[in-house]
Amino acid sequence: MTKKWTIGIFVVILIGIFAIPFLVNAGRVDGDPDVSLDTPQINALEVKECIEPTDYMRESHMVLLDEWRNSVVRDGNYEYRSQSGQIYEMSLDETCLGCHSNQADFCDKCHEYSSVDLYCWQCHGTIDEENPNAVIENGDDVLFTEKA
Amino acid sequence: MLEKAFHGSKAYWAWIIFLLIIIGIGVAAYANQLINGLGVTGMSRDVSWGLYIAQFAFFVGVAASGVMVAIPYYLHNYKLFGKVVIFGEFLAVAAVLMAMLFVVVDLGQPVRIMNVILFATPHAMIFWDMVVLSSYLLLNILIGWGALSAERRGFPPAKWVKVLSYIAIPFAISIHTVTAFLFCGLPGRDYWETAILAGRFLSSAFASGPALLIMLCFIMRKVSTFRVSDKAIDSLAKIVCYAMIINVFFFLCEVFTSFYSASPAHMLPIAYLFGGVEGATNLVVPMIIATICAFGGIAFLIFPQLRKNHKTLIVGLIAVFLACWIDKGIALVLAGFVPNSFEQVVQYFPTLNEVLVIAGVYGIGMLVLTVLYKITVDVRKSLDQRPVEAVDEDKMDEAMHAASSVPAAS
Amino acid sequence: MERRTFLKAAAAVGATSLLPVSAMAVSSAMASSGEDAQREEPGVVDTYDATPKQWGFVIDAKKIEELGVMDDMIGACNHAHNIPQTGDPKTEVKWIWAEPFENTFADMESEYMDEETLDRAYPVLCNHCDNPPCVRVCPTKATFKRSDGIVMMDPHRCIGCRFCMGGCPYGARSLNFFDPRLYLDEINPDYPTRTKGVVEKCTLCAERIDKGEIPLCVEASKGAVLFGDLNDPDSEVSRALKEAFFIRRRVSLGTGPNMYYIVSGGAENA
Repeated sequence: MTKKWTIGIFVVILIGIFAIPFLVNAGRVDGDPDVSLDTPQINALEVKECIEPTDYMRESHMVLLDEWRNSVVRDGNYEYRSQSGQIYEMSLDETCLGCHSNQADFCDKCHEYSSVDLYCWQCHGTIDEENPNAVIENGDDVLFTEKA
Repeated sequence: MLEKAFHGSKAYWAWIIFLLIIIGIGVAAYANQLINGLGVTGMSRDVSWGLYIAQFAFFVGVAASGVMVAIPYYLHNYKLFGKVVIFGEFLAVAAVLMAMLFVVVDLGQPVRIMNVILFATPHAMIFWDMVVLSSYLLLNILIGWGALSAERRGFPPAKWVKVLSYIAIPFAISIHTVTAFLFCGLPGRDYWETAILAGRFLSSAFASGPALLIMLCFIMRKVSTFRVSDKAIDSLAKIVCYAMIINVFFFLCEVFTSFYSASPAHMLPIAYLFGGVEGATNLVVPMIIATICAFGGIAFLIFPQLRKNHKTLIVGLIAVFLACWIDKGIALVLAGFVPNSFEQVVQYFPTLNEVLVIAGVYGIGMLVLTVLYKITVDVRKSLDQRPVEAVDEDKMDEAMHAASSVPAAS
Repeated sequence: MERRTFLKAAAAVGATSLLPVSAMAVSSAMASSGEDAQREEPGVVDTYDATPKQWGFVIDAKKIEELGVMDDMIGACNHAHNIPQTGDPKTEVKWIWAEPFENTFADMESEYMDEETLDRAYPVLCNHCDNPPCVRVCPTKATFKRSDGIVMMDPHRCIGCRFCMGGCPYGARSLNFFDPRLYLDEINPDYPTRTKGVVEKCTLCAERIDKGEIPLCVEASKGAVLFGDLNDPDSEVSRALKEAFFIRRRVSLGTGPNMYYIVSGGAENA
């Protein structure tokens, strides 16, 4: 085998490695994520608004959640005052999932679309009280399944 | 220079493929551990560190022992080590890499490892261990590569290589000192909580590391063109001998302090190691082997007739290496958990999965070592054979050198 | 690096300009306390009582035995905190559990001790030490001491190096060797579970203390375990310690354990 061939083989291998993300997602058709706000809790609200403006929540909910968990676990603070002056309990389970009780159609839709692996559900969001058929499963891949 | 790793004999490629298979098995075993959790290892609530951390401590020692070649060469201008010193540095590279990998495979949440930097905690010894280990790794890569590049071009090493070599010496001492501090600062773990632990670590490192280096030199005599001088080997063997005597002496100091004071907490771990306690005897046989190897190894190395005869020398070196490997690479960590916080003795046995992960780390270490040594040996071979053979390879090197220097010149 | 951490780092600058959800907002909220609630700055409200305290227990094992509340104490904790039952001493997770005298106070055991004291079960848990070695050795500050004395565990940050388990001389810490949800029959939805590979231990029910409630095991002990601030000479625990002889586990190590065990029986019967 000549050196040219060796080089050629490694070039092909290198291209192959870099092409993995494209090959994996080839043929996958993703429309915009269809996020559902249709939960009994949200429907029961008179004014349908989140704790902060939607734009902020969409962009920075992870920053907010990170601050919340640090505040609760590390600083022993449990209350959050929103821009509108309303006080909320800083709790993923109570406050966030209290309304957005449809993780699969709310949280997971966007995160799947943007290939973000959430590990929140490994510890939080145990059982959906309003929809007891929905059970969060263990494991890294299957985070949410419908109980048969 | 890296291209030299891709030209080799059939035996070389067979060895590389063998290592890759071992690594592949290790990676698969580690994947299983990642998916199912550390429950697939033999570790427990009571023995919360096992072979991973023990092997980590051992290989930090091997890495630190590079200074036993570097100090004579750089500080005392001991020319005989001139050809060996680079192998010591590359051995340190492979050993630090292995040590770091052993820490990573031991973590319950390895993806969060950057938390150690993100939330740097100076009062935690691991933070300092990370600092000195990664610095030492970088230093040895730079020194080894810099020295080899200079040698290839027929120049003495650049000044910065020498400066870094001096800096690396205190770092080598510190990596193993900090590793000892990881253990000896824990309250209530009486086998570890001793001021002499850092000294014991360094002495056993300076015995096992150079012993390994000599054995590697013998292997290179067999499989490559590199011939290290008998005088250099004898000097290294003397270092191994002295270091091992100090290591055994330090250990006997522990035994005396524990048993003459009759402090139960200090006696129990040693009793567990050599005689077993409450039916827990899993380390008795290894420790008896280690004891025989330690004294036998010293005997083989201390008498000049035995030391200068390479057949008996190798026996002595293997004995010393094995003794240190059992003492630090297994027993040290396990005996620290005896007794546990409730005055109970809990035994630990590694699982197959754990052993395969360890094999994988060994495979990675040996692969790195093989590649680095191969490059070094080939660089030297092409220097020796320059006027006669290897014209093709030479041209290739020159062409690549020219290609790489063009952008720098423009 | 975890994705979330990375996102935090990347978004932190932009986010604080979007909304004052920052430490600054907290401090200004504190500064303006007393003013009209409407005018308070948005953000985390600092409600944590930072007055230095040292919570501690005064444990009367004899009374626990008489009342027969040990199982209730342990059960209440296990259920509320979603503690997995792996059924294997190698991998079990324990916050509070029972040990006999010879294991709890190994260095004080004597063959001449009365059998009742020796055979009795003693509840053991994290000692929430004055000088906790686990906090000293943790490389990420995943475990830390709060100003009220609680040695707290942040499972989000734990890398599972198990240094704290080596450092703790009380065996109070457990690693999640497996996914804990595999070993939970029933999940309490009001408390998160943990994930595999992180260390956990008793948090002294910090979430209850912050709401002004007492720890669950204390509640379940029906008075056999007292809870309070040891720094306060008038607290129930301080007064109880003045009136009885007590021991603590492994005091010579200098960790300053805050679980006090009342010793009685032998002296009374004498």
